[in-house]
Amino acid sequence: MTSWPILSVVVFLPLVGALFIGLCLNEDEAGKRNARWAALWTTLITFAISLLLVWRFDPSNPDFQFTEKHPWLDGAINYAMGVDGISLPLVILTTAILPISILASWTAIQNRVREYMIAFLVLEVLMVGTFCALDLVLFYLFFEGGLIPMFLIIGVWGGPRRVYASFKFFLYTLLGSVLMLLAIMAMYWDAGTTDIPTLLHHAFPRNLQTWAWFAFLASFAVKMPMWPVHTWLPDAHVEAPTAGSVILAAILLKLGGYGFLRFSLPMFPEASQHLAPLIYALSVIAIIYTSLVALMQEDMKKLIAYSSVAHMGFVTMGIFAMTAQGVAGGIFQMISHGIVSAALFLSVGVVYDRMHTREIAAYGGLVNRMPVYAFVFMVFTLANVGLPGTSGFIGEFLTLIGTFRINTWVATLATIGTILSAAYGLWLYRKIIFGKLEKPSLFNIKDLGWREMTIFAPLIALTILLGVYPKPVLDFTSASVTQMIDNYHHALSAAQAADKTAALAR
Amino acid sequence: MYALPTLIPLIPEFMLGLGAMALLMLGVYRGEPGGRTVDVVAILLLIAAGIALMMLPPGKLTTFGGSFVVDDFARFLKILALIGSAAAIAMSLDYAQKERQHRFEYSVLILLSTLGMLMLISAADLIALYLGLELMSLPLYVVAASYRDSLRATEAGLKYFVLGALSSGMLLYGASLVYGFTGTVSFAGIAQAAGHATGAAQTGLIFGIVFLFAGFCFKVSAVPFHMWTPDVYEGAPTPVTAFFAAAPKVAGIAMFVRVAVSAFPSVATQWQQIVVFVSIASMALGSFAAIGQRNIKRLMAYSSIGHMGFALIGLAAGSAEGVQGVLVYIAIYVTMTLGVFAVILSMRRSTGMVENVDQLAGLARTHPAMAFFMAVLLFSMAGIPPLAGFFAKYFVFTAAIKAGFYILAVIGVVTSVVGAYYYLIIIKTMYFDEPAGVFVETPYELSAVLVICGLFNILFIVHPGPLIGAASAAAHSLF
Repeated sequence: MTSWPILSVVVFLPLVGALFIGLCLNEDEAGKRNARWAALWTTLITFAISLLLVWRFDPSNPDFQFTEKHPWLDGAINYAMGVDGISLPLVILTTAILPISILASWTAIQNRVREYMIAFLVLEVLMVGTFCALDLVLFYLFFEGGLIPMFLIIGVWGGPRRVYASFKFFLYTLLGSVLMLLAIMAMYWDAGTTDIPTLLHHAFPRNLQTWAWFAFLASFAVKMPMWPVHTWLPDAHVEAPTAGSVILAAILLKLGGYGFLRFSLPMFPEASQHLAPLIYALSVIAIIYTSLVALMQEDMKKLIAYSSVAHMGFVTMGIFAMTAQGVAGGIFQMISHGIVSAALFLSVGVVYDRMHTREIAAYGGLVNRMPVYAFVFMVFTLANVGLPGTSGFIGEFLTLIGTFRINTWVATLATIGTILSAAYGLWLYRKIIFGKLEKPSLFNIKDLGWREMTIFAPLIALTILLGVYPKPVLDFTSASVTQMIDNYHHALSAAQAADKTAALAR
Repeated sequence: MYALPTLIPLIPEFMLGLGAMALLMLGVYRGEPGGRTVDVVAILLLIAAGIALMMLPPGKLTTFGGSFVVDDFARFLKILALIGSAAAIAMSLDYAQKERQHRFEYSVLILLSTLGMLMLISAADLIALYLGLELMSLPLYVVAASYRDSLRATEAGLKYFVLGALSSGMLLYGASLVYGFTGTVSFAGIAQAAGHATGAAQTGLIFGIVFLFAGFCFKVSAVPFHMWTPDVYEGAPTPVTAFFAAAPKVAGIAMFVRVAVSAFPSVATQWQQIVVFVSIASMALGSFAAIGQRNIKRLMAYSSIGHMGFALIGLAAGSAEGVQGVLVYIAIYVTMTLGVFAVILSMRRSTGMVENVDQLAGLARTHPAMAFFMAVLLFSMAGIPPLAGFFAKYFVFTAAIKAGFYILAVIGVVTSVVGAYYYLIIIKTMYFDEPAGVFVETPYELSAVLVICGLFNILFIVHPGPLIGAASAAAHSLF
């Protein structure tokens, strides 16, 4: 169908932009300006090409599309790419968020602009590659490679405790991932290949399933992040520059959820079935505990970071329910959270750029000087709370329904989390926006400029559009999700049948 | 009838041996000013020997009654050793001139040491092995102490010599035990005799193996025979350290692998225990002990101990995949190490050389290209994909998992995370900290080594086939 490798172009185009910036531009004022424009255009063109994927994608086909395969390493490991209904929305999310985050750093980043833009473009390559890779080793390569640019983004352009935050981010994630690497190797020797479509239909022995499941959990739980390994996230978010937080919240966190969907559930169905209660427990703790922690925060970014952990709890809960609504809701929640949390961090960035503080107590009464900002922030706060009519509602609602059918208690406890999220969300909004404008430092604060409005307009549109009409995303994912759930239950019943035969034989 | 052994497989060795003697003559008769010529000719000789090695007829060549063998394994490692030596000479040129320590003997000694490495890599019996080992080591002791006015360098040389002699003694003792219990010195003969050995003979043989391996561990600086490494790395002149870190390690690993795999396959379960222990201990020590180091040469010493631990994981697996992993690891290790030492050798302020990690502060501002390649090499050493160092670790760990050494693999990856910490500290110093002054202009040969090694580590992912294929062929030639 396709005559040119469209996925590879989407993945590697940003690298061309990065090379251009690295080799052709100087570190002077003109070079800075050109680096910004070059990065913006590269990401916009990448986004445009990725939209071609949407156009040509066949939503009724549950299998991988736009596949490419070339021999690469040692015969058994190929360069294999492809997307299905689960990964495509995440690819589009990534390519869409990148131009926004470049725009968000337009004036905030003034030193080492070239390196900054290169780091973002390389990061885009690695993130899109992670979602497109159809080979386990290739996946790992992209997954893990993303640590390098993110480490530099936090460490070079971050806040006062950037060194601590970047080291914590790097080492936490690395420790989780290397265990996954060992599991990947064990899977390779068991199945004889690292080709993901083949592995999806390979029945791994039960013993290996359990160990590999835990190894993958180690990696994805850190990435997600799930309680109790979430502690790197608030630090990383607080210290990262605004655009870094946006990427972290919107995309990097989704790698964990994507990993569960792509690997843990379909490849280790028995282990997932047995250990799902563990995930439920961790999810519920994440939802309630981190929401309570969020209530206590004095730093805006930290509050949103904890709320991210809580929202990711809904994702893990929903996808491990393994019902059509739960999984679809989990994916939807990832997309929605990608948009909303990115927008919230951008909103914090707006006032931080003006006041250079993120302390909640330093603000108050902003609605008097910044009515447009107050509106924007309200939309995203409500979406974060999960108000019906916003995208946040659809995701939470679907995951809750999906889980309710499987485990009523878990769903009930998780619902408490939504109340808490309203509590901290509205509290934050009241503290910052409402009240009297009393702080002298805020008397001259300016409302959103054109650049900022351009950033927020598409995000608001998407939040409300997906909240009212979620069909596009759900249609894209449904065929792949249905097939995944069918395979999952099929594998489980096959394993049970095998157990029975073994018991009878004895 | 007595027939003269065929000398064709020895052509590269002859070139180095005769060339070294000729250069010695040239140096002696032309005196000190002739030094630069000697260095350049020595590099050319090493390159020519490499070309000659590749032009040898393919397949397995043996001579001297089977005690000298050129197979794909030997070819692979010899090329690596030659590259390491040539780069070490090139990297010493500017240093020697600026420190006013230039002596033509330096290049000649490196040539002779390289000759010893080639002999060692090709050795197929214990006597040839010992000859090669001593020929490699003796020039190393001399070059370690070659700057005779420097107290640190002489101390390093002496320390290295005393401990090296001790380890040679242990190795020789082990070899004599092995000979005593098997009745032969050739690896093939030992393998055959060891297969039949039972009872006391097997116990004696294992005693011999323990002593032999102790000697090997010393040469590759694996724990618990690593104590000399930090002191010698720190004390020796930096170009000498760069040389120590690359080529002799290649030869040491070569002898370790060849003896273990081709002489003792029937007692593999016994020696695997030793290698597993050595590997774990080296990785752990290399990772934890390096954290506190501020002197970058000392830090690299611990880093190399750790790397040898990782490489030995492949040997512990004891399979063709494992040996392939060792070979890929050591090849990539050589490029990483040479690149990093090119940076260390560039750490020269107008007042002289500096060796502290903190002196690299803000390198990304003052020397962006150097910082970039250094960061690439350090991330590669930490084993972060998509750089070459990841594949080095990937292949050894894959082999370990296949062989069922799960605990070893888990300890290995965990120590690699600990190790990542101190590489990150250097990167942090270069990228996050404020500049601490500039270095003098980097001589072009150091820039060349750095750029080549850095690009190799970045671009390896694009076309990994040749190196991995060659390593695979080399590994299978042993089995």
